[in-house]
Amino acid sequence: MQTGNAPNQIRKVIFASSVGTLIEWYDFYIFGSLAPIIAAQFFPKGNPTAALLSTLATFAAGFIVRPFGALVFGRLGDKVGRKYTFLLTLILMGGSTFAIGLVPGYETIGFAAPLLVLMLRLVQGLALGGEYGGAATYVAEHSPAHRRGFFTSWIQTTATLGLLLSLGIILITRKSLDQDAAASIRAFESWGWRIPFWFSIILVGMSIYIRLKMHESPLFSKLKAEGKTSVNPIKESLMHKGNLKMVLLALFGATMGQGVVWYTGQFYAQTFLETACQVDFEQTRTILIWAIIFATPLFIVFGYWSDKIGRKWIIMVGLLLAVFSYRPIYQQMLQITDTQKSVADPSATRIESVINPASGKDYSLQTTTTLQFYQNGITERRVHADTLFADGTERSGSNDKISKELPEQSYWAIVALIFIQIVFVTMVYGPIAAFLVEIFPTKIRYTSMSLPYHLGNGVFGGMTPFIAVLLGTIYTGDVLVGLWYPIAVAAVCLVIGVIYLNNRIDPDVND
Amino acid sequence: MNQVKKVLGLVWIVFGLTAYGLLLKTCSEQIELKPTTDTIIQWSIFAIIFLPIAIGFLIFGWLAFQGAYDNLPESSEAVEE
Repeated sequence: MQTGNAPNQIRKVIFASSVGTLIEWYDFYIFGSLAPIIAAQFFPKGNPTAALLSTLATFAAGFIVRPFGALVFGRLGDKVGRKYTFLLTLILMGGSTFAIGLVPGYETIGFAAPLLVLMLRLVQGLALGGEYGGAATYVAEHSPAHRRGFFTSWIQTTATLGLLLSLGIILITRKSLDQDAAASIRAFESWGWRIPFWFSIILVGMSIYIRLKMHESPLFSKLKAEGKTSVNPIKESLMHKGNLKMVLLALFGATMGQGVVWYTGQFYAQTFLETACQVDFEQTRTILIWAIIFATPLFIVFGYWSDKIGRKWIIMVGLLLAVFSYRPIYQQMLQITDTQKSVADPSATRIESVINPASGKDYSLQTTTTLQFYQNGITERRVHADTLFADGTERSGSNDKISKELPEQSYWAIVALIFIQIVFVTMVYGPIAAFLVEIFPTKIRYTSMSLPYHLGNGVFGGMTPFIAVLLGTIYTGDVLVGLWYPIAVAAVCLVIGVIYLNNRIDPDVND
Repeated sequence: MNQVKKVLGLVWIVFGLTAYGLLLKTCSEQIELKPTTDTIIQWSIFAIIFLPIAIGFLIFGWLAFQGAYDNLPESSEAVEE
């Protein structure tokens, strides 16, 4: 059977699949990007049950359920069809995201609030687990053999573009709720954070409309017409030795390394800039946005190139570069944002103090902001909070909140360092959809490729920021200690991939 | 090369056991050090989610040792054989 399609047809397939997948990534990442605000709204501090729910919801739930979504929806996709399954995942994702934006806060409905958010986050994770494999399979099964890497690489841009969209919408919303910048931020943290969640429903509605017009994958339709679809795809994927060994090889030789490289370059980098380097909230986001904009075309380049030279070596070189350059890159980020070796101009230092009475309370909050201007161009903002009681006593806040604003040169140097990391992401991620599609048979492809993908990205990758931060809290002497997790995982994956994978491009995925 | 793949199979088995053992050791140390809800939940989650991964790694090592990866399949029929 001819799997190639007319150029116009394949463009429609790619567009319809990519738009939906991009929206699902957007939905998934706005929760992560807004996690501290969501935690403050739904998970009050000091209550152990709420703390437990907070930990589960913000820390792990969305990532851990992704492999289960891969199994549930993968099975459906291999039995019912690709088109309807990933239409269903889109509806579930859009519905749950919109609903998160509607849930009243803890103050209004008590424990029902965090429970509802946790459940909706689980639905998000399940839906994402089912989406990606469907979209990648769908596009690959419409593609001719010699352009499979190129066509599926469009799907590969969607995760990064989804992150970009979420960062952009959050920044725009945060700035546009009031003419006064501080008031706008306050409004965003109070209720405006819901807008990015509501916005999702518009995107999902458009995507559903587009996807409804699509046809089923030609390979799956043929299989179904011949009565050759799998009776039990999960059993065949995991219990059949010949297929299980490929699932394990895909996980340990490709997706686990790819997952940590993806999440280090685009998520841990953001956390590191904000916490270790103490770069300003807005600058951190715009740095990432620029780096993503510059690097995203490379997904297509490496996908295209993988059709010429094979998938394996592009992925392996990406892993190799990541393993050897993460520590120097992060060291450089620390140096650029360091103020300890630079001198502040004391005559330029500005101190502003504001006292705000707490409504209905017998105390006021005094916020002291100190602005220091360093020789290397960095402006450091140190915010200190004190509580002033009516009887004249004073309680000093324990931690100063520091944020640094970078001068133009340092700003672009950091953009370049994040860009390099995203180049590694494009190398390991650009060709991986084609690679995964080609190693599994059509009748169990949705299930089989989704599982290693979501184990690699949801478990190994998704945990990267958390594990790296946790390592930092254990081994406090080395600020770069968190990098050993992605480096070790990528290094093991590299060895396994180099030795066990082959570089063959499957000429026929119609089997 | 096939001999290297097989010998490394044993390395993966040992590595999988050691890595998971280290994880369990760190979990118990950290929970003992700070037995709060957050610490217990976080480290228990790590222990639970990496258990199937560790088992998968052992199976992978075992299959490699058995020579299952000497020749990778070139068609779906070969995968299913």
